[in-house]
Amino acid sequence: MKNKKIIKKIKETAEKIGHQVNLMEVCGTHTQAISRFGIRELMPKNVTLITGPGCPVCVTAQKDIDAIISLALAGVPIATYGDVLRVTGQFGNLNEAREKGAKVFVVYSVEEALEIQKEYPELVFFGLGFDTTVPMTAYAIKKGLTVYSTHKIFIPAMEALLKMGEIKIDGFIDPGHVSAIIGTEPYQSMKIPQVITGFSAEDVLAGILMLLLQIESGRIAIENEYVRVVKKNGNPKARRISFDVFEIGDGLWRGSGNIPGSGLEIKKKYVKFDAKVKYKNILDKVDFSKSHEPVGCKCGEIIRGLKTPKQCPMFGKVCTPDNPTGPCMVSVEGGCNVEYRYNKK
Amino acid sequence: MKIKGQIAEVDFDGIKKEINVAIVDVKVGDFVMVHAGFAIEKMEPDLVADIQGYLNKDEK
Repeated sequence: MKNKKIIKKIKETAEKIGHQVNLMEVCGTHTQAISRFGIRELMPKNVTLITGPGCPVCVTAQKDIDAIISLALAGVPIATYGDVLRVTGQFGNLNEAREKGAKVFVVYSVEEALEIQKEYPELVFFGLGFDTTVPMTAYAIKKGLTVYSTHKIFIPAMEALLKMGEIKIDGFIDPGHVSAIIGTEPYQSMKIPQVITGFSAEDVLAGILMLLLQIESGRIAIENEYVRVVKKNGNPKARRISFDVFEIGDGLWRGSGNIPGSGLEIKKKYVKFDAKVKYKNILDKVDFSKSHEPVGCKCGEIIRGLKTPKQCPMFGKVCTPDNPTGPCMVSVEGGCNVEYRYNKK
Repeated sequence: MKIKGQIAEVDFDGIKKEINVAIVDVKVGDFVMVHAGFAIEKMEPDLVADIQGYLNKDEK
């Protein structure tokens, strides 16, 4: 009942705005929620929901994918979150490496990686994800887990999208779980309407309404719909653990390339757990100049909101979740995978 | 929820799972948001945004 009222108010507000409005969601779980609940189809004609770089597996650079597969093929045991196994690079993918005898383990949590490490002391965890998963990896490093870090902090990527100006963004649906860690304050750096929302249909619809009301009245604010989880100051304990172990550096993103200040590297005091240092001899032999996007794959443009999955000629034809060409179709949070599952036709 | 060191037993609607609580400050009885096997924040399920207020809003 409440959803119907919110949708009605969205339509009224969009009509008052009168011009085209682009709202970008930058969280893979929001991408899934929007498609699962059919929210895109409920939008008035002048409101477009665009998917941004919120899928951690998708934004992981090809170079890092090639690096972790190289380590696996060189005999280093690897543990990683599941979706990464099917992301293909110049040496195939981790699944294929496993078929060739490499030790590759899928874990749901770093706790499982720590368990596997008891049997395989040389285990390397492929650390990926944004501010939400960083403290978990930091915790595991403090417990003695070796990590290849591709971790990223999220706000610099949003700032880079605005700075690049390739696409008009009128408002951001800010990520829920990232915000649980960083709080609401860091978003102040971007002078654009923003709302942090949760993941139910009502949460997402309410977030969209709150954005439209800001746009209609010319207000620019950071509003929080997800108050049951996200606090103004976030989770300081998690951030303390993260920044005890990691320091900010450059971050390499699929689609956007290098974004200064968005990457997280392991601090010197934990250098013995840094796989990039420990296995430098293996990584130095890899020709990363050959780390290219899969031929024809539009994932990089889809991540930046420049193309929709259906604008890729391979979508649903040669590229499907069973036989994915690029990471946007591999990951369950990827724009192409979500579009295929919920809105193929 | 039961807590033993950094591991808590969390009840997900009747299914009990062990969750790491090293990155949050929680006590038995709290609700938590879980991501990749870790509690990432204490939840306050009864705290909701004032959506009704937005529905009644007539901004200009």
